[in-house]
Amino acid sequence: MATAVQTVERENYLNSNYGIKSWLLTTDHKRIAILYLISITAMFWLGGFFAMMIRLELLTPAGDLISSDTYNKLFTMHGIIMVFFFLIPSVPAVLGNFLVPLMVGAKDLAFPRVNLLSWYLYMAGAITALVAMVTGGVDTGWTFYTPFSTTYSNTHVIGAAIGIFIAGFSSILTGLNFIVTIHRMRAPGMTWRRLPLFCWANYAAAIIMVLGTPVIAITLLLVALERAFHIGVFNPQLGGDPLLFQHLFWFYSHPAVYIMILPGMGVISEIVTCFSRKRVFGYEFIALASIAIAVLGFLVWAHHMFVAGISVYAALVFSLLSYLVAIPSAVKVFNWTATMYKGSIRYNTPMLYAFGFIGLFTVGGLTGIFLATLGIDVQVHDTYFVVAHFHYVMVGGMVMAYMAGLHFWWPKITGRMYPEAWAKLSALLVFVGFNTTFFPQFILGYMGLPRRYHAYPPEFQVLNVLSTAGASILAVGYVLPMIYFVWSLRYGKEAGPNPWNAVGLEWMVPSPPPTHNFDETPVVTWEAYDYEHQPQEEVTVGH
Amino acid sequence: MQETTESVGHIVPAKLYVTIWAILMAMTITTVLVARADIGPFNVVVALVIATIKATLVVLFFMHLRYSPKLTMATVVAAMFFLFLLLGLTMTDYLTRAWLTNPGY
Repeated sequence: MATAVQTVERENYLNSNYGIKSWLLTTDHKRIAILYLISITAMFWLGGFFAMMIRLELLTPAGDLISSDTYNKLFTMHGIIMVFFFLIPSVPAVLGNFLVPLMVGAKDLAFPRVNLLSWYLYMAGAITALVAMVTGGVDTGWTFYTPFSTTYSNTHVIGAAIGIFIAGFSSILTGLNFIVTIHRMRAPGMTWRRLPLFCWANYAAAIIMVLGTPVIAITLLLVALERAFHIGVFNPQLGGDPLLFQHLFWFYSHPAVYIMILPGMGVISEIVTCFSRKRVFGYEFIALASIAIAVLGFLVWAHHMFVAGISVYAALVFSLLSYLVAIPSAVKVFNWTATMYKGSIRYNTPMLYAFGFIGLFTVGGLTGIFLATLGIDVQVHDTYFVVAHFHYVMVGGMVMAYMAGLHFWWPKITGRMYPEAWAKLSALLVFVGFNTTFFPQFILGYMGLPRRYHAYPPEFQVLNVLSTAGASILAVGYVLPMIYFVWSLRYGKEAGPNPWNAVGLEWMVPSPPPTHNFDETPVVTWEAYDYEHQPQEEVTVGH
Repeated sequence: MQETTESVGHIVPAKLYVTIWAILMAMTITTVLVARADIGPFNVVVALVIATIKATLVVLFFMHLRYSPKLTMATVVAAMFFLFLLLGLTMTDYLTRAWLTNPGY
């Protein structure tokens, strides 16, 4: 507020009213996005702390820092927090909440109160899961596999399951809001073919949230009921089947991978085209590839179960179907590359993160093809190869995209620029740290080191030390943005409405946007990403 | 835009609601009666068929799907389609697990 004296401060969503109540009872999608931002950042650091404990334990071959039981709880809580309470809400609930209404030219999401409810459900779920962790923890792995979770584990499985069950409804409500908003609240002229690819990607993810999440909710409820009342759905002695759990769990949890990655891909589509100063290559293909990934993502789940004892014939079918997902994913990667071809590329921080995303996601995706191949999967299943693969997609892909998006839209969200030099350094540290952490794990897995053990044979130590060292670099890479983002709130340069000279409705309103986004409803008369014909000076709508 | 107002504005005669309710009640009684007779594996089949018909009636009339815009119908069909995927692809496992009778496997 130091600069407020210079001019009469323009009213925006941050200064329209003050006080804790104005935040906790807000129905403004932008404020709810900030609530989500703070909550998931806290969860990210908690999950990151557990990851560091895991890496520290693995510094030496002997299980000397923590007991095996504690280790089991650490990787379980790391997984649960990062998947359900950070990655799934990350881009949709923070950036999606903030940007979808602005991008389609609406004053808010379709159901603002439902949006607030989704944050409260998220918090209720997170607190329930955290209570389960604090009062003793869970040791089943984030996958809650039966019969261990239903019969043998002596830890707080029910509490954690109920936490995820509640948070699932938060996800459903966010998805529902996006679907209705994108269908119903587009500004005049904002046709489906002019819709920003970020909205297409969030729309595709929303479909999965709405259709898939009820299945995980019911499944975890069944685990809780099985533990408490021995109803016999998963217990063979009572006529159940433990593998049924894996079918139901992965029916949601594999598509959930696409809930996590699709909005990230939307972020990358926006950034690549902006920093190449070119219309995105193959707009329709990128948009429809998002929908194709959402649908195909539901047909591949049993590739997690190839060595679990499913029918060989089913395994053949699922292996083949899994290959299909590579097609729309590759369409996107090729189209981003083609967008950059002959573009005038600017190397700002969001673009650096986007480069990281494209490279690392490709590695993650292609090693996914290895794992979908039956013969190779038998060899590397449950080894560090799998761990490296999904971290390349989730951290190398999704977290990179989230960081890219945060930097890209930070000026819009806060009205302030972050320090570019520090941000570039952080992007570099994250890229180097990430690869140093996880590339050795591909080799460890290929050599046969199984995942989820707290001790290992001494010959694997060099690669494990490398991995732990990389994790330290990665941690610095994530601490830096935390510091300079907070710093920029007070000391950052004022951003102005459109610091990147980007196209899109969100850049036509002031930064930070006014509470009701648009003073008058914008009328869209131009194509999405029309960078070739874009005038250098922006015209602001309604101001 | 016109589609929404149409669905909101549609008025269903009370007589239709009562008829649907009567059908649902009759089917509930049928379910109970059939459950008492032992018809082997068909007990489950009959119960599920009746339950499906009842659910369809509720969705069509009580939840106004019959009078809703096509987009709402598409949403319900999509949900049913994904349920079909869940059951169908899971069955590729359960129905073929016994095919491989090689004792060494």
